[in-house]
Amino acid sequence: MEEEKVKIFIMGKAYQVPKGLTIMKAMEYAGYQFIRGCGCRGGFCGACGTVYRMPDDYRLLVGLACQTVVEDGMYLTQIPVFPGNKATYDVEELRPVLSDILKLYPELTRCLGCNTCTKACPQDLDVMNYMAAAMRGDIARAADMSFDCLMCGLCAARCPAETVQYNIAILLRRVYGRHIAPRAEHLAARVEEILDGAFDESLDEVMRLSRAELEALYNQRDIEPE
Amino acid sequence: MGYPPRMYELIKAVEATRQRRYDERHPRLSPEGKQQLLEKFHPDYRPDTMRPVKVGVSRGTVMPHELVDVLESWSRLDPEKFPLDKIDYDVDVLIIGGGGAGASAALMANENGADVLLATKLRLGDANTMMAQGGIQAADKPNDSPTLHYLDVMGGGGFANKPELVRALVQDAPLVIKWLEDLGCMFDKEPDGTMTTQHGGGTCRKRMHAARDYSGAEIMRTLRDEVKNREIPVLEFSPAVELLSDGEGTCTGAVLMNLETREFLIVRAKTVVVSTGGFGRLHIADFPTTNHYGATADGLVMVYRLGGRLVFLDATQFHPTGAAYPEQIVGLLITEKVRGLGAQLVNIHGEQFVYPLETRDAVSSAIIRECVERKKGIVTETGQYGVWLDSPMIEQIHGEGTILRSLPAMYRQYARFGIDMRKTPILVFPTLHYQNGGVDIRDDTSVTTVENLFVAGETSGGVHGRNRLMGNSLLDVVVFGRRAGVAAARKARHVESGHLSLAHVSDYHKELEDAGLPKDRISPILLPSYTRHQAVPGANPAV
Repeated sequence: MEEEKVKIFIMGKAYQVPKGLTIMKAMEYAGYQFIRGCGCRGGFCGACGTVYRMPDDYRLLVGLACQTVVEDGMYLTQIPVFPGNKATYDVEELRPVLSDILKLYPELTRCLGCNTCTKACPQDLDVMNYMAAAMRGDIARAADMSFDCLMCGLCAARCPAETVQYNIAILLRRVYGRHIAPRAEHLAARVEEILDGAFDESLDEVMRLSRAELEALYNQRDIEPE
Repeated sequence: MGYPPRMYELIKAVEATRQRRYDERHPRLSPEGKQQLLEKFHPDYRPDTMRPVKVGVSRGTVMPHELVDVLESWSRLDPEKFPLDKIDYDVDVLIIGGGGAGASAALMANENGADVLLATKLRLGDANTMMAQGGIQAADKPNDSPTLHYLDVMGGGGFANKPELVRALVQDAPLVIKWLEDLGCMFDKEPDGTMTTQHGGGTCRKRMHAARDYSGAEIMRTLRDEVKNREIPVLEFSPAVELLSDGEGTCTGAVLMNLETREFLIVRAKTVVVSTGGFGRLHIADFPTTNHYGATADGLVMVYRLGGRLVFLDATQFHPTGAAYPEQIVGLLITEKVRGLGAQLVNIHGEQFVYPLETRDAVSSAIIRECVERKKGIVTETGQYGVWLDSPMIEQIHGEGTILRSLPAMYRQYARFGIDMRKTPILVFPTLHYQNGGVDIRDDTSVTTVENLFVAGETSGGVHGRNRLMGNSLLDVVVFGRRAGVAAARKARHVESGHLSLAHVSDYHKELEDAGLPKDRISPILLPSYTRHQAVPGANPAV
């Protein structure tokens, strides 16, 4: 049986590819061996941000090449890297307040509220509103709302105010994680115990066991109920 | 999109038994029952998947064909001709590989005063670390201890693990969680700051820490951000293609290749850390894989040529739950957390056939048995086997909204193809997930048989024995990445920059020749080939 084909345009050049493939697999079918624009192939790394347009439609659409299925007439190009501004900082020294964020990214306030970033997000995040939360100084909310960001950079690529949403977002998440989220006290206590050598003896002991003894101990260990 | 009508019909059998299955606990395997299951159905035990390697320090050791193929291959460099007199980078510590282990090593080497260069094949952070969903283990709760964690790791690994490595892993575990918390990683926590922890397959305590189901991504992007903040030099799209030695087996640097311009670059280093990940993209035993595009065993190849011993590479981890439908995502990981949250594995009749949180090797074998021997699996339109993972149970056990809150990546993955995993089960089959073995190292990550060379993360072997537990690979890369950075930086203080030679490659080539191996194979392969075009006789497309 002849497989059903669709016609797509990769950077302007037409190719016939089987229906149902992802953009990534379609490009490989067409003969591309990726160097850029291909990473985890599973929607986690943001390497394969793609901008495309459908026939008879002026609008630009976006997707991850590894997660978006080709359609007939799709006209596409990848944006594997975007030269967005990245501030450098010592997260330890930052305070969880808007003024510290603005010192690093003063362009944050240039947001026009146009919502183009939200439309450009292949993760369907509400980018404009996490930026709005950031501008209100609500770092916790911005960190939460931006959590699923893959840092593909498509938001910044489309932003008329030239802000770098994805880089601002990781700053906010790190500030949240370091300075706002409650600390795990049991963790700090355990670290102290380990540094004091509290488990050295019992580890020495299990390391000395014969395989049979170790196996017996393993099979008898009690299991915390679910 | 969504499922074809035939599959919706089949799903009715799953729905019909769901209510009854809530209270049904499938019995766990006995130790003997598990062994029999593995021997009969695990791909590691299939004699047609492996052969002994004919050359190198581990010659005679049995490994998967696909790995032996790249080990029994020639270098990209002609060691007799390639000039080594012009040094492009002269550093204390060269780190090869920019995943979780490489980034951790870079941060710690930098902190220990070393002049560091990190070279990586793709982008910084392009690694399996980024894709790890389920979580990271650490015994940091009052009812838990590193010793219990030690027992779990040994039991999961078939008691074959290297004890000193396991000790390092479990003892450092709380330390690295604290380190990550200090760097600002957003772990899932209760309102009072207590870490939210779950069981994973083979754990006796709930010690799986997570950051939703983006656990690895959250750790990787934090480490990457920190590497950038400290302005540590990074060369992206510049894989190493060969290690350099002083001619007497001590590592002295590496040759990199700019993937885009094909320019070769020579790095002299006092110490070298190899953290290039595993071999998933070699598609061992023809399985699909969950792995990153770059997982082509480059580090194993280069370290082996310089005399690093390889251990446990006949043990490959097949993750029980790779996507089996839709076709576009076949082989991609369905995190173990789905089972951790209560989703059961059921066959075409809606019946359970294995306790869902047995160790991964056992669950994989049970799924293969259900499909291949008992013929109670589902076969998709493209001939792919699968069993149901009954994800809607999660919402009924933990309440509506749990999937969106705890498994947003998974939900999104399926929603893209019109499948709502909150309402319909998903189809799964084992997929190639992890290289259990690797280069033999000591607990400071130094290679047992090569001086001034360190290996961390999936490229190394021994810590997981024959089978790694969920949540111990993220832990492995951070624990041993950090140890590698510290050890390599400290060692570099007492090492003079060495002479650069490819003599070990000449020797290796001689062995290949003596073994009569074919001359057309070149490695490391660097990129897998998924293009359709085959070579055309009479036409040379090389530019």
